Amino acid sequence: MSRHALIVDGRRILVERDPMDRLLDVLRDAGAKGVREGCGEGECGSCTVLLDDQPVCACLVPVFQADGASIVTSAGVIDAAGQDALASAMLTEGGVQCGACTPGIAVTAHALLAKDPAPDRDAVRDALAGNLCRCTGYERILRAVLRAATAKEEAS
Amino acid sequence: MTVAHRPTSLGDAIRLMADPVAVAVAGCTDLLVADLATGRRHAAVVDLSRLPELKGVREDGGVIDLGAGCTFTELRRDPLVRSHLSSLAEAAATIGGWQIQNRATLGGNIVNASPAGDALPVLLALDATLVLGGTQGTREIAYESFHQDYRKTALRQGELLVRIRIPRPSSTTWQAFRKVGTREAQAISKVVVAMSASLADGALRDVRIGAGSLAPTPVRLRAAEGVLTGRVPDAAAADDAASAARAEVRPLDDVRSTARYRRWALGNVVRRFVRGIRA
Repeated sequence: MSRHALIVDGRRILVERDPMDRLLDVLRDAGAKGVREGCGEGECGSCTVLLDDQPVCACLVPVFQADGASIVTSAGVIDAAGQDALASAMLTEGGVQCGACTPGIAVTAHALLAKDPAPDRDAVRDALAGNLCRCTGYERILRAVLRAATAKEEAS
Repeated sequence: MTVAHRPTSLGDAIRLMADPVAVAVAGCTDLLVADLATGRRHAAVVDLSRLPELKGVREDGGVIDLGAGCTFTELRRDPLVRSHLSSLAEAAATIGGWQIQNRATLGGNIVNASPAGDALPVLLALDATLVLGGTQGTREIAYESFHQDYRKTALRQGELLVRIRIPRPSSTTWQAFRKVGTREAQAISKVVVAMSASLADGALRDVRIGAGSLAPTPVRLRAAEGVLTGRVPDAAAADDAASAARAEVRPLDDVRSTARYRRWALGNVVRRFVRGIRA
């Protein structure tokens, strides 16, 4: 075991883990249940978190590489000021069906809007290419992200 | 219990790699998938992600010099890659999704030695050279002779891939990349092809075609290259190249596709490439 310090949604946590343990398991064991395991092999994007502002699959990050890093999960995205736009756009557009993919989508979309506040359809499609929705509600998710971008622009 | 080393210089990393059980890791996007499938644990890992010698893209005397630790996100956004190595920029944009591109590295794609590695046909088409570092110093090897057999590379015990050097294509060099998978994004290739060529007096020169998912290693399509060399890239040349490409490969049936489909799709991609060539 070795000791690892992470900042998860703004809260500092210290864990004793094998350095190769997956960030996914470390986060869930620390109570961050918004991080969902889907495929466990980087194909589905359900476990997407921000690692120092970059979306990554938490299932493919050994915890030692996240040592000292800032992690943002879907809980952190929704808590952040001004992020109601994305959540309400997802509801308005029906961008949530079974919900399994939703936390990962929220994190990826949040990262996109932080980088590009006014993305076009292609930019949203490109950003969300690594997030699978088995309900196949892609069109509504896409519209929700575009709506959130517009809402945030109008609010600012 | 794994011991994880995080060296900050190439020299330290090479010294740590002298331990025969040490495994070099970077983005871990292939490693952790294999770990999960096999249940294996590593006694020691050497993390390459903090080595400055493996970072960055620079132009160096007519060569575009890429760090093995560059992620695909870095490559697809890099101005030198975008302006000189358009086929590599395209490949970088089709490897996994954003999450994978943020972590996966060009060096990892090479050393992991999957026959389906999406950047690898580009390295064949652009005649890349690899710079390897070990306890004896550095050596260079043509990428073409690096992948020796299924998952077998020329890397010696303890050696690390440091840089990937690609001769800067002339402004008239034409490049193309195409991946054929089950869906447009986030799918492992059924066939992946890259090509470069130049035109002199309307005829094709310096034709190089690399292809993946067709053999135990990525392969050059030398018969198709031969058919195209010296030809005007017209519809007949495109058809002849497609036929030559289909005839020279021996793909397998596997979980992702069939030999018949791969051969058919390969020919279509080659034909489309040739028809798309513009001076």
